[in-house]
Amino acid sequence: MIARYQAIESILAQIGSDDLVVSTTGMISRELFTLKDRPGNFYMIGSMGLASAMGLGLAIQAPSKRVFVLEGDGSALMSLGTLPLIASEQPANLVHIILDNEAYESTGRQPSISSNFDLAQTAAATGYPWTRRIEDLEELEAALTEAAAGGQLGLILVKAGIAPIEGIPRVSHTPEEIRDRFRGAVQSPYSTYPFRRSHASASLLRSDGLP
Amino acid sequence: MDAHDFWAALKGRGMNFFSGVPDSSFHDAYNAMLNDPEIRYVPAVREDVALGIASATYFTGGLGGVILQNSGVGNLVNPLTSFNLMYKIPALLVVGWRGYGGPPSDAPEHWIMGAKTPQFFDLLEIPYEILEPDNLDTVLDGLLANIKERSVPGALLVRAGVIS
Repeated sequence: MIARYQAIESILAQIGSDDLVVSTTGMISRELFTLKDRPGNFYMIGSMGLASAMGLGLAIQAPSKRVFVLEGDGSALMSLGTLPLIASEQPANLVHIILDNEAYESTGRQPSISSNFDLAQTAAATGYPWTRRIEDLEELEAALTEAAAGGQLGLILVKAGIAPIEGIPRVSHTPEEIRDRFRGAVQSPYSTYPFRRSHASASLLRSDGLP
Repeated sequence: MDAHDFWAALKGRGMNFFSGVPDSSFHDAYNAMLNDPEIRYVPAVREDVALGIASATYFTGGLGGVILQNSGVGNLVNPLTSFNLMYKIPALLVVGWRGYGGPPSDAPEHWIMGAKTPQFFDLLEIPYEILEPDNLDTVLDGLLANIKERSVPGALLVRAGVIS
């Protein structure tokens, strides 16, 4: 089983400096912030369920940017109607990633209903042209490479384990700082410079005893 | 006022991206927008989703618009309080005002929200203006200036029959 922060590390390795990431409320934004804080990350620290809507609006209006939406199963379920909307609009520059640990981990690991069905199949049924269900890191890296090169709307469902990072910080920027630097990233000219992830900061987080 | 004049006034102020859920209060205006090649419209599934989509316009340097019936104001309370008002991300809400004047002016499902719509915006400290057939330029200029100055969403309340 993939730990969620490992999935986020893999995703970060595929993200270029010019790419935009919209991450959902709770632990996903906190893990993204801790693993690699960058101006192109929009930490949606409230409004559960809204990250995919904002990602869709960005993908349509900033077509030269790749947009990654990072959300959980709870967030995807809360705004399930956004799936057919995204599929209808079908922006080719949007990669929708659902980190599915079958729980509301941020509020205390209460179970969600996503263990009863497959959100990747749901997305495919609504019209996503490319979907993958991922259960290990190798599959995830291959899927991310394919999605990044694909030139079409894609959804990756990552089945993740519950693996909290002890003492993980909250996002320390003020909401207006998050907004302003993200606005700068959206409007920055196109760049192909590859982002280099920090192995050092990621390895520190493994002190929680996870493999 | 004529629907085309309404959209021309918004486009003339730089607005060309909208998302929303339709309302019969501006049925004619809605159709005019759908047929306008200068407006990009995303037909959202809920009002909060529409606000998320239209808020993205701010990051590209513009101002997005949301179209909704006032029954959807309740669906906006969470994104308004924990997204737009928190990050200070502006948007224009074009709100069809059903149930205006209370019973028996509209269907029963609109009576309570019809009476309380302005109070919701007052409670959230969101500026709003009431559109009349002859005040389009004045209310738009005032509302958009307020939205820009405070960097918050603002609402334009539209009763049935004001735009045709």
